[in-house]
Amino acid sequence: MSRITRRHALGAAAATALTGLALAGLARTAGATSDPRATGHQHPEGHAGHDGPQPFSETFQGRRIEGAPSHADGHHGGYAVRIDGEELHVMRNADSTWVSVINHYETFTTPRAVARAAVIELQGARLVPLA
Amino acid sequence: MTVRKNQASLTAAEKRAFVDAVLELKRTGRYDSFVTTHNAFIMSDTDNGDRVGHRSPSFLPWHRRFLIQFEQALQEIDPAVALPYWDWTVDRTVASSLWAPDFLGGTGRARDGQVAEGPFAVSGGRWPVTVTVDGRGFLRRALGSGVPQLPTRSEVESVLAMPTYDTAPWNSASDGFRNHVEGWRGVNLHNRVHVWVGGQMATGASPNDPVFWLHHAFIDRLWAQWQARHPRSTYLPAARTRNVVGLDDVMRPWNDVTPADMLDHTRHYTYDTMA
Repeated sequence: MSRITRRHALGAAAATALTGLALAGLARTAGATSDPRATGHQHPEGHAGHDGPQPFSETFQGRRIEGAPSHADGHHGGYAVRIDGEELHVMRNADSTWVSVINHYETFTTPRAVARAAVIELQGARLVPLA
Repeated sequence: MTVRKNQASLTAAEKRAFVDAVLELKRTGRYDSFVTTHNAFIMSDTDNGDRVGHRSPSFLPWHRRFLIQFEQALQEIDPAVALPYWDWTVDRTVASSLWAPDFLGGTGRARDGQVAEGPFAVSGGRWPVTVTVDGRGFLRRALGSGVPQLPTRSEVESVLAMPTYDTAPWNSASDGFRNHVEGWRGVNLHNRVHVWVGGQMATGASPNDPVFWLHHAFIDRLWAQWQARHPRSTYLPAARTRNVVGLDDVMRPWNDVTPADMLDHTRHYTYDTMA
């Protein structure tokens, strides 16, 4: 029982830390945490890099979808996607395809495609930060 | 000893016991902590950064440990319960008894994807979906909508035939058994099943759907079958490797268990049949 409780506590702590990182999005800073869980988000190749996709902004099925490189920390090549202003957690795969937290087991060729797929999946629902 | 059975062969009483234990875990709040943990790992596991639960060699031992913990939590409620597995190569249609109202309930209704019957329908009041990224508080599915066909037995066989467990770069671009089971490459087994079910199962919060456990129990059994077919093959990488869990490295979030500890499932449970 104590192990379960500890595991749950760790899981909750991890979720809190990760949610914070995900939401930091455009504003994340290098070395903000020594937590190894953060390295994936901060590793230069983990996201778009200099060869990353271009920004986009359009209305798709009544929703505003936007994507833009995120260079807030000066060297990190991240990429942020928003739906009606709320950040959609996206991730770039090694083969340069993309997934999002809404469609996490299916790959898409561009961040715009992953944003459109999320809009379809959401059926009008709002993205909310994961508690 | 826990015996994991094919869901298709469960008795009505076994189905009821499993469902009741899952609902009780939900009521106490412990169920949702599993959803939270899974989503945290899925969002942090990246191909070029630290990766533990997914897109990495430890995908299989990580989920084995995750399922053992979930099964132990169920057994604290009802010691007779074991995780069933879903052989989606056989039970591959919406008409399968898996999706009947006395077990997991069926696909979502057209308007909003809501699962409207069975013990996990939101109308029953016992399955609120709270760990979510979009505020929709009900279980959703769209069986067969995201992708029309579940993997076939011959596709599974083609992956089981792969003799090498995993290969560098140890991520979603890898060749080898693990990445083909996971589905980032090749015929696509595990990933495709998540997409076939749809709804929350297609998201990072996929354990919101109880079928998550039955799907992963079958993936776990495929790993055991692969081990039986390739007795000279083992988990790779054996040595410490950057960003990746080697054979003797501990896995988060437990930090007290290694892939080596997870290689022999019979220390924890057996399957009704391995054939």
